[in-house]
Amino acid sequence: MLYAILCYNSEDIVGSWSKDEEAVVMARLGAVEEKLARAGRLGPVARLMPTTAATTLRKTRDEPLVLDGPFAETKEQLLGFFVVDCASLEEAIATAKELLSANAGVGGYEIRPLMLFKPGLISSGGEVA
Amino acid sequence: MTDIAWIDAALVAARPQAVGALLRYFRDLDAAEEAFQNACLRALKTWPQNGAPRDPAAWLIMVGRNSGIDEARRKRRQEPLPDEETISDTGDAEAALAERLDGEHYRDDVLRLLFICCHPDLPAAQQIAVALRIVSGLSVRQIARAFLIGESAMEQRITRAKGRISEAGVPFEAPDAVERAGRLAAVAAMIYLIFNEGYSAGGDTIVDRAPLCDEAIRLARLLLRMFQAEPEIMGLTALMLLQASRAKARFDAAGNIILLEEQDRGLWDRAMIAEGLALIDKAMRHRRPGPYQIQAAIAALHARAGRAEATDWAQIDLLYATLERLQPSPVVTLNRAVAVAKVQGPAAALAMIEPLVPKLSGYFHFFGVTGGLLMQLGRYAEARVAFNQAIALANSAAEAAHIRIHLDRIAQDCATRDGTGA
Repeated sequence: MLYAILCYNSEDIVGSWSKDEEAVVMARLGAVEEKLARAGRLGPVARLMPTTAATTLRKTRDEPLVLDGPFAETKEQLLGFFVVDCASLEEAIATAKELLSANAGVGGYEIRPLMLFKPGLISSGGEVA
Repeated sequence: MTDIAWIDAALVAARPQAVGALLRYFRDLDAAEEAFQNACLRALKTWPQNGAPRDPAAWLIMVGRNSGIDEARRKRRQEPLPDEETISDTGDAEAALAERLDGEHYRDDVLRLLFICCHPDLPAAQQIAVALRIVSGLSVRQIARAFLIGESAMEQRITRAKGRISEAGVPFEAPDAVERAGRLAAVAAMIYLIFNEGYSAGGDTIVDRAPLCDEAIRLARLLLRMFQAEPEIMGLTALMLLQASRAKARFDAAGNIILLEEQDRGLWDRAMIAEGLALIDKAMRHRRPGPYQIQAAIAALHARAGRAEATDWAQIDLLYATLERLQPSPVVTLNRAVAVAKVQGPAAALAMIEPLVPKLSGYFHFFGVTGGLLMQLGRYAEARVAFNQAIALANSAAEAAHIRIHLDRIAQDCATRDGTGA
């Protein structure tokens, strides 16, 4: 079974770490990742840029609404994510619009640039079950 | 990270919001700071045992408000608050309060706190000092070190500045849209001052002053989180990230300045560049250009060039021309001249900046650029005069040393020429 483990933390506090403090945390996470990678159990790892870099697409009856900032509703839940290579924010928005129209229901998509991406390799071949 | 380090980071992070809310409550800056201080002491005592609350800022505000500060200072009745034992577990009371803070007042609290530091009567250096003390919570000693003055002198300076602020009266009424835009602009300018205080450091002062760049970026991100659709705040944040991305490449081991074109671009911080570029992308969508966005776009063109020769100087020239229109200033024209020199040659650039002499006769960079252009044109005698004026106006030993390199080169060239002539 593949599991996504999502990281939640206070952006204010993480943003107040000194470079040294941040390096310590990243090194400690790195040690955990390395163990998983050696066992062939580590898939993609991504660190997102701050929410200030986010843009959100909201479904409306007409054209989707493009808003600055993160997806902030609590009525919807995080159901999945895509990592897409885009040349610009415009291209990312166009891609998210395609996904939005393909999807059903309410909700939206948050576009958040990555600041770190490690593709990873799962030795079981990555079958979900 | 140890618990204490985590608590420390949490207190620093919560400070603008908490002191801002306490200022609204007590309507007195000293009372607000004192209440926050009390709440922090309480946090250091109880958090290691009880665990940190889910919303540290909300906790600190409530404990600060209950901290037994003189009731007479309260100008306004507030509903009674639960005591901290009830709120330190992540119960409903805390969630409800956090929501109220977020929704109603949070943005204007933080903006007000930043805004009172930008009082127009305060000289730039005092605005920065006060903001670092009140908003960022740096110690007087840290600030004094950054400004290269004694601790007691800085203490006096901050006390005087705070006196001015309270005389002027803190604006407590909720701002309307126009007023809010005005406050945002003033605060953005002050944050950029803090950044430049750090960025202009060289030599021995880097250790004490470079953290001011990080602090300015942190404050800008805070502002942007509250005002998410403001393209100029995106531009300011991007500008500072892109400039700070070059920090490691700007000086050699001996502390000498390395110009942009000669920097090792491998030392530029790619994560900062990526974030800066992402923010510019976002800002551009608004089609409301402003000075910070344009300066960020210029910095982005440098960041995007893999090699100095690949720099798109023609585009930089165009962006500076736009900046000249939006915010005419001789310094902008001087910067544009550097791009013009690349596109059209040094003679055109020189013609452009010659009329600026009366306005920039006290400006180091003016003489540095003028000298450089004259040197490129082979007008060595005039170049030497300009460089000597630059040295006399240098803001740091590193700046003066950098100009001396040019003077040495002229001397060498002249010697070679005389040698061949003889």
